[in-house]
Amino acid sequence: MKGFDLTAVTCGYQQVTALRSLTLGIPPGTRVALVGANGSGKSTLLRLLDGLVFPDAGEVRFGGDLLTEERFGEDTFAYSFRRSVGLVFQDPDAQLFNPTVFDEVAFGPLQLAWDKREIAARVDETLERLLIPHLRDRVPQRLSTGEQKRVALASVLVMDPEVLLLDEPTAGLDPRSQSQVIDLLVGWAGGAKTIVTATHDLAMIDDIADRCVVLQGGEVAADRPPADVLCDLELLRDANLVHSHRHGHGHGHGHSHPHLHD
Amino acid sequence: MKRSGRSYFERTLDGLVAGIDRTRAAERHAEDGGLLQRVDPRVKVGGLLALVVAAAFARNHLTLVGLLAVAVAGALLSRLPLGLLVGRVWLGTVLLTAAIALPALFLTPGDPAWRLPVAGWAVSWQGLRTVSYLLLRVVTAATLTFLLVFTTPWAHVLKALRVFRVPVVAVVILGMTYRYILLLLESAHAMFEARRSRTVGRLSPGDRRRLATAGVGVLLDRSIRLSGNVYDAMQARGFRGEVHVLDEFQMRGRDWLALAGFAVFTAAAAWAGR
Repeated sequence: MKGFDLTAVTCGYQQVTALRSLTLGIPPGTRVALVGANGSGKSTLLRLLDGLVFPDAGEVRFGGDLLTEERFGEDTFAYSFRRSVGLVFQDPDAQLFNPTVFDEVAFGPLQLAWDKREIAARVDETLERLLIPHLRDRVPQRLSTGEQKRVALASVLVMDPEVLLLDEPTAGLDPRSQSQVIDLLVGWAGGAKTIVTATHDLAMIDDIADRCVVLQGGEVAADRPPADVLCDLELLRDANLVHSHRHGHGHGHGHSHPHLHD
Repeated sequence: MKRSGRSYFERTLDGLVAGIDRTRAAERHAEDGGLLQRVDPRVKVGGLLALVVAAAFARNHLTLVGLLAVAVAGALLSRLPLGLLVGRVWLGTVLLTAAIALPALFLTPGDPAWRLPVAGWAVSWQGLRTVSYLLLRVVTAATLTFLLVFTTPWAHVLKALRVFRVPVVAVVILGMTYRYILLLLESAHAMFEARRSRTVGRLSPGDRRRLATAGVGVLLDRSIRLSGNVYDAMQARGFRGEVHVLDEFQMRGRDWLALAGFAVFTAAAAWAGR
């Protein structure tokens, strides 16, 4: 099992600096929640970890290997990395581009040149695990958001990666679908794999992570257990993750207290 | 539903969205459990194309009527409503073909069958035969194509094309284009609906043009961003510039039976229509 090491990473795009001199270690087998308001650098960090973008300064290592554009030019390294690290995108329209659910889930293993008979069996097995075998021949774009999220997860879990990167896995889901996705993540591989989840849904981090990294303006504002972070209202308020507003309780009196952003 | 005060661009968009709705309706029929829906797409694409070719080369009315009867029976056994066939296929093809073939009624030399009351132009038996022959041929070919489109999801038609040596890259690009064109049109429609809900009164033609142009710009920006994300998602799952696909169709007993059925009908039509 391999982990990530980021040292003094600065990364930006279109004259915006998304991450500033960020240093972070993600040892194998840990479950990390990256929380922060919109624009805090969560998605950029996930893309860095997945080798889709590369730092302007500093370095990112996976299992000691430096992640650079040149390394990804080598087939052996690229295939081995893609086999080990899977990213589930926030937008299902980006993740699901194949004509059927079966093709979608089979896409990754096919690119990694697995045996075709094994692929068909693994796809069916993964669809069963995610309780969506009935969607096998459906067109992904015509599924509900909850079903699309499951298919997106299946398309990555089919490769059984060591590290799973998730960008807002419960965004846009109804409460029931949210809890189903959380149960899936918690139960995946008996909790033995590395899971990095970017979210601003504070309600789920206690379930999906044993460590919570709060990002603010592209920097690490805190790196503590979820319970500690959830109790630190000042930190959450500074990171724009909670706010206060007045409301009433039907007895004519109003008051204010912090509310989670969702 | 009739709405007023819309620009040409919006009306076009509404028309395209109506087209998407019709496509979706076709796909719903394609997922139904009728006779042809259960047949392997490769057999259907090959078999129905062979029948279309047989109809194109048939040289007598009887063969065409026979093929048309087979196509209609196929539609009924595949639970496709006859109203859909008549309204969506026959009406359009008959009107269009009739408009093209009409002069042949009067221009084809031969024995007169009937004269136009006022003009006195003669309609010849040979002209009638030519026009009816053309009409039957077009209606039969259109009905057979309708059977393919309404009993096979588009994704499966594309996959079946690979069997006929259409390059994998072309099939994948067609599939992705189809998927994202629908998404783009839906986004465009939603954007214009949202704008319409906040617009009171009639906008001047200049303002309408300006808003339409701004809308096109926003859509282009979204498309570029989405295409970048799709490419990233492909790379994240190991895409290295070469497309690999899996043909997971499997011929079962009923597919072989259907293949034999198509072969018999095609051979019979080719023999009878020679």
